[in-house]
Amino acid sequence: MADPFLSIQHVRKSFGATTVVEDFNLDVERGEFVSFLGPSGCGKTTVLRMVAGFEEPSAGTIVVGGKDITRLKPNQRNVGMVFQAYALFPNLTVAQNIGFGLKVAGMPRADIDARVAEMLGIIKLPQMADRYPYQLSGGQQQRIALARAIAPKPKLLLLDEPLSALDAKVRVSLREEIRSIQKKLGITTIFVTHDQEEALSISDRIAVMYGGKAEQVGTPFEIYNRPATKFVANFVGTLNVLEGTVTDAAAGTVRVNSEQVSLKGKLNGSKSGDTLSLALRPEAISLGRQPGRDSSLSGEISEVHFLGSVIRVRVGIGGNTVSLDTFNSPATPPPAVGEKAEISFSSSDMLVLH
Amino acid sequence: MKSGKFWAWLVFALGAAYFFIPLIATVEFSMRMRRGEYSFDAYKVVLGDARFQATFGYSVLAAVFTIILGVLIVVPAAYWIRLRLPQLRPIVEFITLLPLVIPAIVIVFGYIRMYGSNSPLPFLATDTGTTALLVIGYATLALPYMYRAVDTGLRTIDVRTLTEAAQILGAGWGTIITRVILPNVLIAVLSGAFLTFAIVIGEFTMASLLNRPAFGPYLQNIGANRAYEPAALAIIAFAITWGCMSLIQILSRFAPRSANRPN
Repeated sequence: MADPFLSIQHVRKSFGATTVVEDFNLDVERGEFVSFLGPSGCGKTTVLRMVAGFEEPSAGTIVVGGKDITRLKPNQRNVGMVFQAYALFPNLTVAQNIGFGLKVAGMPRADIDARVAEMLGIIKLPQMADRYPYQLSGGQQQRIALARAIAPKPKLLLLDEPLSALDAKVRVSLREEIRSIQKKLGITTIFVTHDQEEALSISDRIAVMYGGKAEQVGTPFEIYNRPATKFVANFVGTLNVLEGTVTDAAAGTVRVNSEQVSLKGKLNGSKSGDTLSLALRPEAISLGRQPGRDSSLSGEISEVHFLGSVIRVRVGIGGNTVSLDTFNSPATPPPAVGEKAEISFSSSDMLVLH
Repeated sequence: MKSGKFWAWLVFALGAAYFFIPLIATVEFSMRMRRGEYSFDAYKVVLGDARFQATFGYSVLAAVFTIILGVLIVVPAAYWIRLRLPQLRPIVEFITLLPLVIPAIVIVFGYIRMYGSNSPLPFLATDTGTTALLVIGYATLALPYMYRAVDTGLRTIDVRTLTEAAQILGAGWGTIITRVILPNVLIAVLSGAFLTFAIVIGEFTMASLLNRPAFGPYLQNIGANRAYEPAALAIIAFAITWGCMSLIQILSRFAPRSANRPN
């Protein structure tokens, strides 16, 4: 990246003896939408709060648009933020909430009114200007919070789990709306979430965090299909992990439950006799032998869950259990528990977890 | 079920009688100034007394300054403790309770010793200084009520997130307190203010020992020398206090509802 708009370099944050963020590095391009994804306590919100200025890094620098903002106060950073709990000012109307930052900046009244009307148009709530926050639904409140955050035209937009408090349906529609507004305005955005589907669906890139560090930074496609670590592979998406033993390191063959799987070129550094963790996404596995799939394993169906359009099948293979999804077909009844089954996959889809 | 209701009503009736009978008796007595008939003569005498007007006006003014002083001290302190120093809350709560434990007479004697005309801070050397000291003393006496009222108000809002939301929108501390925090705890502050008002209007010890022309010493003086007027004064003072309480109730209906807990 030639000239990152946001550059977080070697940032560390300790509270007393506890280090919650350790050597965090990330460069974000102008207009990019980057998600911090990770479980609770992984440090994602702490990094976001350091970018916002609510926490001061113990070490490292944060640069936005070429300016070092590491030690600046939050009100000097020109950063917009949307909070999980909406944080609308209960005593102010929707219009006053949206215009708050503009009024603080000393913008003339007429300009504030025009900008507020523009923002209400963008979030598609033009009729709500005179309502109070308590008169709005959660989704509406969060859209107002978004409008309030972007009204002063901040350099950077920070979203701290903005969808967590909303119900599933609103969450999906609002995340699409957030992404569409972000693209329209071209505003550089950091989005914190623990919901992988959210992160995968709207991000340009994702930083998967664990234990205060970025385990992997990449596009959703890379994160999902080429996880760099065992944690990323396990955390993002559903993953079947199989234990295998390297039978011939040079030829790249691995024995899984007495059957040979060829993993040529993927066993770098492994020796014959080594035990490996091998991973397969459910969608990479088919029930029965399928053309184009070069590997197969035999087992017994242990569970069948009918989910409507999809049937989730779990197959016991030796000591491992593998989940796979098949589409429902009205003409074909779902497999039965206890049936012998063969699963097939392409060895190229198999991931070796290090 | 019926028996339970009966006992509940009986207890209520006994409590109400305990409360209202002395009040009714005082009202009745205050209206017997004219022989053989009820009249408001005692009230007319009291309200027409120049000393009543002067002392009441003095105490109202002292109450206003006490409220301003109390708000200026308590709101930022309670806010900061909620925001940054929650570990200090038990200590501050204990300190704010001290005026309930330490008698006013002890506080005022302390003032007299500390702020006499020979001290480095000679508050008592002038009338204005003494009045200022009285206001400070009143603010101390009202501290438990003002602090609790404001703290309860702060508890109903997400202080930290609202502060951060205002900060990130460019607001400084002054703007945050005056335009975000204070408006959202205004009803609580007003509750504290009315309680302070009620305390100041009836306070006797401090005003008397600092020799200030306040309403409390006037009440005592009238009570010692007249028959019907003290009863009228007591009812007037009672009405003022109840008026304040009613205003708290009315104003609390206008409290901003929390965005996080929509109805």
